[in-house]
Amino acid sequence: MNEQTDVKKLTFKDFETDQEVRWCPGCGDYAILKAVQMTLANIGATPENTVFVSGIGCSSRFPYYVETYGFHTIHGRAPAVATGVKLANPDLDVWLVTGDGDGLSIGGNHMLHVLRRNVNMQIMLFNNEIYGLTKGQYSPTSKLGTRSPSTPYGSVDLPLSPCAFALGAGARFVARGIDTGLKELPLTLARAKDHIGASFVEIFQNCIVFNDKTFEGFTLKKEAANTQIYAEHGKPLIYGKDRDKGLIFNRDKFAIEAAVIGENGVTEEDVLIHDETNKVLAQMLVELKSPEFPVVCGVIYCVEEESYDHAVHKQIEDAKKNGNDDFNALIRKGRTWTVE
Amino acid sequence: MNVQNPAQDFDELDSVCVRFAGDSGDGMQLTGTQFSVVTALEGSDLSTFPDFPAEIRAPVGTTFGVSAFQINFGSVEVSTAGDEPDVLVAMNPAALKVSLPGLRKGGLIIVDEGAFNKRNLDKAGYFDNPLENDSLSDYQIQKLDITKMTLESVKDFGLGNKDAVRSKNMWTLGLVLWMFGRPRKPITDWLEEKFKKIPDVAQANIAALNAGHAYGETVEASSNLHRYHIGKHKEEPGEYRTVNGNQALAWGLLAGSKLGEIPLMLGSYPITPASSLLHALSSFKEFGVITFQAEDEIAAICSAIGASFAGSLGVTSSSGPGIALKTEAIGLAISTELPVVIIDIQRAGPSTGMPTKTEQSDLYQAVCGRNGDAPVVVLATSNPQDCFDVGIEAVRLATKYMTPVMVLSDGYIANASEPWKLPDIDKLEKFQVNFCTNPEGFHPFKRDPLTLARAWAKPGTPGTLHRIGGIEKSYDSGHISYDPANHQKMTNIRAEKIANIANDISEQSVSQGNEGSKLAVVGWGSTRGAIHQAVKRARGEGIDVSHVHIGNIWPLPRNLETLLKSFDKVIIAEMNNGQMNHLLRAEYLLDAYSLTKITGQPFKISEILECIRVQAGERS
Repeated sequence: MNEQTDVKKLTFKDFETDQEVRWCPGCGDYAILKAVQMTLANIGATPENTVFVSGIGCSSRFPYYVETYGFHTIHGRAPAVATGVKLANPDLDVWLVTGDGDGLSIGGNHMLHVLRRNVNMQIMLFNNEIYGLTKGQYSPTSKLGTRSPSTPYGSVDLPLSPCAFALGAGARFVARGIDTGLKELPLTLARAKDHIGASFVEIFQNCIVFNDKTFEGFTLKKEAANTQIYAEHGKPLIYGKDRDKGLIFNRDKFAIEAAVIGENGVTEEDVLIHDETNKVLAQMLVELKSPEFPVVCGVIYCVEEESYDHAVHKQIEDAKKNGNDDFNALIRKGRTWTVE
Repeated sequence: MNVQNPAQDFDELDSVCVRFAGDSGDGMQLTGTQFSVVTALEGSDLSTFPDFPAEIRAPVGTTFGVSAFQINFGSVEVSTAGDEPDVLVAMNPAALKVSLPGLRKGGLIIVDEGAFNKRNLDKAGYFDNPLENDSLSDYQIQKLDITKMTLESVKDFGLGNKDAVRSKNMWTLGLVLWMFGRPRKPITDWLEEKFKKIPDVAQANIAALNAGHAYGETVEASSNLHRYHIGKHKEEPGEYRTVNGNQALAWGLLAGSKLGEIPLMLGSYPITPASSLLHALSSFKEFGVITFQAEDEIAAICSAIGASFAGSLGVTSSSGPGIALKTEAIGLAISTELPVVIIDIQRAGPSTGMPTKTEQSDLYQAVCGRNGDAPVVVLATSNPQDCFDVGIEAVRLATKYMTPVMVLSDGYIANASEPWKLPDIDKLEKFQVNFCTNPEGFHPFKRDPLTLARAWAKPGTPGTLHRIGGIEKSYDSGHISYDPANHQKMTNIRAEKIANIANDISEQSVSQGNEGSKLAVVGWGSTRGAIHQAVKRARGEGIDVSHVHIGNIWPLPRNLETLLKSFDKVIIAEMNNGQMNHLLRAEYLLDAYSLTKITGQPFKISEILECIRVQAGERS
């Protein structure tokens, strides 16, 4: 984590704005906002060098509530705007806030490319599996059969898995968190900030009005130990209240299985060790669905590669070293003639 | 050279128009461009018109695969690429078929008769060989087996047949250089540089060039080939080069960024005919220019808006269909009052339209094409050199007034070349771009009382933290506001801010003739040259007609209404279905005659002249 020794250490309260938060009472966004403000305080963020960029949707109101620079843009386009911000000034710390509709439906193309390019920013995708701000239509992550105002007979199209999409798009950092996970989420977000490049964090967010309890199967606190795994690099993927369950790899089926340690000959040594640099493992982990499997949270995949903004500026710096910036000479390159 | 041979004497001409036409793969654009450079170096005024198909390599020999390059040059002022070519170089039957209708009666046609075989004649849709019947009796024909003579001239270089045949454009160029008494050295220098790594190809091309030239020198008096001398055009003293519109626009934007000391970031997506702007700006890395080839048109402008938010000047470039995609984002820039320069290199529409053909039909889109009451500044370029000045002006207005500025150019200007007197950047007027760094009483929509521009505080500045977006903002705080009276006030102020720019731009002048004349031809954009020449000729015929060329499309110049109403009659000439006519009618209740042309081809001087005569005649 980024330790900074500022004279005056800011607290999460320093990242609150004077604007009244306008989400529905009980919305998961409140908890995420708190987690982000805590993260900013923890990592020693400087407000003036921090920019929050969002698209359109409930989640995208976020920038108004964080005491930094902020830009509430248009539907789906936040990754493109944020890319422009980062290219213009790579010293800024850019955070992108989007949702399942904003980031994966209308803005799916931009999400694909910001991840592929590896522009250095943190991307928080609040996934509530529903369109909230337009009053409850199904979204590209809604479960098959979701009944909504636009799908009264149930949705018939397969939902998208945000993390699988991100990995497919070439993301170098993929993580997951839960809105109410005030202990884990700031740690995950701090890792996202540490990672240079596009860091993708899917946050399961409960929409209390239109899709309440959709994640309850694995987010209820009292069941969490049995229904979630918090992945940590180099540590075994063990879970359960009694730490008696684990994920193992079945070579014959080329698949991950949930197993009870001590049953069917499974020992603790059989449990997979999380390797966040292993993309194939990451691809398998993000596809594990509740209730057959625990839902994997934390940093699932993380590798370092040069970020797009760095590469772009490196080309420019190199060109400045080798070339000259004499405008008059530039327009006189090639064939000219003089009229006396 | 046989000085006794009259074919080798020079006839003096004021100006001449030459059209090179061939297959897409025949290298006609290259031939034309090189001929233009030599012509310019020799001091003629010139204007060019590359006219090429959208297909990269259309099927060989077809009419839709014909690529042509027209150049009009003279010792007199030349402001269009010419109505009717005097000389047509046709490399195959299809090129002859496509170009013949535009040729001046009595003009010279040089054809490669080696290419007039059955197969090519069939492809061009000729039942009879036009070289062997009397269908070309209105013209002077010079049949030459260029293919054969080219192969002969390059036989020592060991090229394959395909490569050898490809040199025939240089053979032709050699002959044309001879016709107009132009030197070969600039071309041979260029060939040596271009084919530095394959010297055989360079030498073969030079041999073909020389052979074409030598052919001219052996021409007998009975030939239709003659030599013409076109003197130097009197230009202001100074250093010159040829430049096309997109190149000049790229340099203009860069100059604007230097004069305002504001970093430039271009977000763009390839589209005909705007891509060369992206290419040009991509090469300015040593100037710190950032270019971003985005995933689509929307991302392109959004990245530009993001860059402007961060304190650079965002620029985006496209053509009509791409601008349509950017529309919502332009609204965001209007609402957040961020500077963005939006370049629209217009092409024939609607939809995909005719991508390589020119049109001025995005005027409505530029001025009116957004949801909400959403005014922007719109500037139009009128020729390649004007693109440089407009590029600077766009940067100045965008940053001074915190507004998107739309620049309308078109496919004709983008690709056409003309001589350009090179400016000295140190002598161009600088302008100050202001960033707010003072936290005292700051809010993001605090306005400069004179310009009405909002405060531009860039991220990274302590004390001016703020959040902005596309939701309506309070006039007094910049916070989100749904207050009815506030929305009215903000809508008014956005309109007023743009309208007020009329006080900061040049007043409308009369480019030829006088205020209050009987007739005026009003134009905008690339029609300038054709209107200029038509008005000049009409005035020569004694018609009391003036030329008004509008460069500031929105806001319109503050004296324009009075000026237009001073004329008894106004013709508005444009390459669309009457959009400027509608705009001026809406603004000024102006009852003008609308002269339109929507063929994908620029106006001919004669078309405008004819309209002037008719409209002037109606009055008598």
